[in-house]
Amino acid sequence: MKSAVIVFPGSNCDRDAHDAIERVTGEKPAMVWHQESDLPEGTEFVMIPGGFSYGDYLRCGAMASRSAILPAVVAHAATGAPVLGVCNGFQILTESGLLPGALMRNAGLTFVCEKAPLKIDNGNTRFTSRYGSTSELIIPIAHHDGNYFADAETLDRIEGEGQVVFRYGNNPNGSQRDIAGVMNEQGNVLGMMPHPERAVDEKHGGTDGLALFESLLGSA
Amino acid sequence: MTQYADGITAEIVAEHGINDEEYAIILDRLGRAPNMVELGIFSVMWSEHCSYKSSRAHLGKFPTSGEKVIQGPGENAGVIDIGDGQAAIFKMESHNHPSYIEPYQGAATGVGGILRDVFTMGARPVALLNALRFGAPDHEKTQHLVGGVVAGIGGYGNCVGVPTVGGETNFHEGYNGNILVNAMAVGLADADKIFYARGAEPGQPIVYVGSKTGRDGIHGATMASAEFDDESEEKRPTVQVGDPFVEKKLIEACLELMATDAIAAIQDMGAAGLTSSSVEMADKGGIGIKLIMDDVPQREENMSTYEMMLSESQERMLVIMKPGREDVAKAIFEKWELDVAVIGETTDTGRMVLEHKGEIVCDIPVAPLADDAPKYERPYFAPEVRAQINAKDVAQPSHMGEVLLKLMSSPNMASKAWIWRQYDRHVMADTAASSEDPSDAAIVRVHGTNKALAITADCTPRYCYADPFEGGKQAVAEAWRNLTATGADPIAITDCLNFGNPEREEIMGQFVGCVEGMAQACAALNFPVVSGNVSLYNETNGVAIPPTPAVGGVGLIPDMDKRAGFGCMTEGHILMVVGKTTGAMGASTYLRVIEGREEGGAPLVHLDLEKTNGNFVRGQIRAGRISACHDLSDGGLACAAADMALASDTGIKLAHDADSDVPMHGFLFGEDQARYLLAAKKDDAIAIIQDAKAEDIDIQVVGLAGGTAVSVNGAHHLELDRLRAAWEGWLPELMEPAAEAAE
Repeated sequence: MKSAVIVFPGSNCDRDAHDAIERVTGEKPAMVWHQESDLPEGTEFVMIPGGFSYGDYLRCGAMASRSAILPAVVAHAATGAPVLGVCNGFQILTESGLLPGALMRNAGLTFVCEKAPLKIDNGNTRFTSRYGSTSELIIPIAHHDGNYFADAETLDRIEGEGQVVFRYGNNPNGSQRDIAGVMNEQGNVLGMMPHPERAVDEKHGGTDGLALFESLLGSA
Repeated sequence: MTQYADGITAEIVAEHGINDEEYAIILDRLGRAPNMVELGIFSVMWSEHCSYKSSRAHLGKFPTSGEKVIQGPGENAGVIDIGDGQAAIFKMESHNHPSYIEPYQGAATGVGGILRDVFTMGARPVALLNALRFGAPDHEKTQHLVGGVVAGIGGYGNCVGVPTVGGETNFHEGYNGNILVNAMAVGLADADKIFYARGAEPGQPIVYVGSKTGRDGIHGATMASAEFDDESEEKRPTVQVGDPFVEKKLIEACLELMATDAIAAIQDMGAAGLTSSSVEMADKGGIGIKLIMDDVPQREENMSTYEMMLSESQERMLVIMKPGREDVAKAIFEKWELDVAVIGETTDTGRMVLEHKGEIVCDIPVAPLADDAPKYERPYFAPEVRAQINAKDVAQPSHMGEVLLKLMSSPNMASKAWIWRQYDRHVMADTAASSEDPSDAAIVRVHGTNKALAITADCTPRYCYADPFEGGKQAVAEAWRNLTATGADPIAITDCLNFGNPEREEIMGQFVGCVEGMAQACAALNFPVVSGNVSLYNETNGVAIPPTPAVGGVGLIPDMDKRAGFGCMTEGHILMVVGKTTGAMGASTYLRVIEGREEGGAPLVHLDLEKTNGNFVRGQIRAGRISACHDLSDGGLACAAADMALASDTGIKLAHDADSDVPMHGFLFGEDQARYLLAAKKDDAIAIIQDAKAEDIDIQVVGLAGGTAVSVNGAHHLELDRLRAAWEGWLPELMEPAAEAAE
């Protein structure tokens, strides 16, 4: 599977994303600089990694959503190909309108880093199909602005459409309805605050993130 | 010769922290009176912070070489060989004074500064640690300072994307007026691609990269070289403001530039900014420099040379390039949207010449700035060493479980989860153990290999106060022990020596005692000092902090499959203590928390036993026999056992021999050194004990794992649930009392 990882000057999970994708797919993803305007020919899967894209100035993800590479990501998503945004990547996807809702400052007002218990809310997606009967995961989180917000009508709608993919077992940030990850209506764009790329290795963070990348491998 | 140049008076000289004797040296070396720019430059270069004028005479006592040392003190950071052509690069540094005045920015820029020291040498930073000391928990400033410092450390480290993996936090009223914020960074590089401040030659372009220069932080180094008084908060404008986003770009851009072979020498602009970075590279290369100040990227209009040379604006580096390679730097830094400018060149004159608006505004010889900095043999007296206190002389409490509960929920022992939860500990995906994990040291894998660095930060200030020499030894020994308890080979240390005013003989005596004790331990344990920092004048209105020589230790775990933590004890495991227990209670956590006494001598550190006991434990870990291992330190056996029980979620039944000449509370809470608590399966325990007997190592069976409580001789029960609630509850209650009350 040909993959691409978008790199902003303040991305800091780009290497982790690269290594996780390579570990699962056996192929090195292309690292695409934010000033590019095209994805490499034949790209199937795009990942927007965590970090602080442009220093989180203005609002997390706001400037990145207006960056040179974003139109290519939007166009890629429109073809129905898979796009995954993690942490800052999730913020960029909501800011760019690819996903509903917004991510606000954590309810506790402090940065939170912990190994978060998650529940898979929808195991029948191209991001979660390989989890099989597993419904509870431990995946690390690390963010200051992960408090998912949308109006009640939107929340009802995305819940009804099965767009809520992950929920927190122990809501660490005040997210509405414990939402940790959502996808678009078409089911090809997923944003999540937890870091699956930090959970693909026994010696670091466990392996509960592996099946997410494996699911993609089968679906792209 | 005129005593003072135009516009300069004796008061102005004094305000620059230069005394009469030092001023006379300046007059002599220049052959004339210095102008304002030159005075400012001498002032920062000869400040305590930059010149180590009170401490240099003693720092030479440290062992600094060894077969694994690639670079000892004197460069931006120390470098050690970790095999396979790889090197670990590390240093610890203080940011105490600014953090007290403005905790968020003070702590944040402390992290930024120590990261630059490490990546300046060509390393990719892979881990951050910190050692924090705050005042009494109920002091009016403590809550504000803890909140600000922790947010600042997290705000910077989380954004640059380097995991904050460990550290320690203490509270003591001795820090009410002067908190300590010591930050440590560790990086990795190929051993043949290390960059140094030395190496520049005449005729090379000097390139400025990073942020623009502003008016912030002017005279920060001078501030850090004086004690505080009631007006110290007025010094807030001398605290710098950090931007971790720029630092992140600077790391990537510098590492990219370093891959091109275009650099002759490189130095970050830390304390005393442009002045110290340019002087140090010129001095180390034995050359001169000429800078055109008009070309320095400036954030504000009409900045004077004086301001530009003394600014401590953050996220700036100075690079001396190989001639003709300036364009390489320009292309890389422009890609990362950072300022880059050629601001001068190296010369063969041995002088530092600054030109601004067509005029020469400074022309002084480089050598005196660096080499003729005053070096004081400050008078001192060794503090009277307090007598030892043994448990036999301390009243025995009635319920050991209640004592243990009180100790484990006391400020220095209670869980620090409220703090480390705010640090990204997992970014870079190589953290095998951090503050959240049951491990005596943080463990960070060397990317792409199966080996790992073990890293720890340690110091026991109450021991150093009771007995500077033994306390100094203990700080080094505890770091060595913490690395050993994970199965690592300890390699080297960095240090951060925090003390009061060295012009007082008592304080200088503490400093000398600690340094000599540390030096002895480093030599005995083959654990040399490769980098470090001294922070003096940590005192307010004549009250000094407790002597605090923080030690940052680094070791190597050659095979990650052969290591230990203290979270894998299960029911039926046999518990053993390696090392001799006598019931040493002087300067102990027990005396302080239970009896409210800070009395008695520090426990004696027998370095030969440290070495033999530690080597034995490491060997047993690598033989795969130990299920859980924890060093014994604050609070003795009972607190180590409580840690192990909490982490393993399994109770421990401790057994005290009533016929022993060590009373039960000495057995449980004594702080004898060179000891480890081990848990092993029965068969493994038998083998461990046999080996210990054969090697003449003290070993004692102290209990059995099982149940849901910590107990002693079938009594003194403390249920783990109750212990956990108290241990976890203390810090959140201090920091968020309203939230706790609301729940």
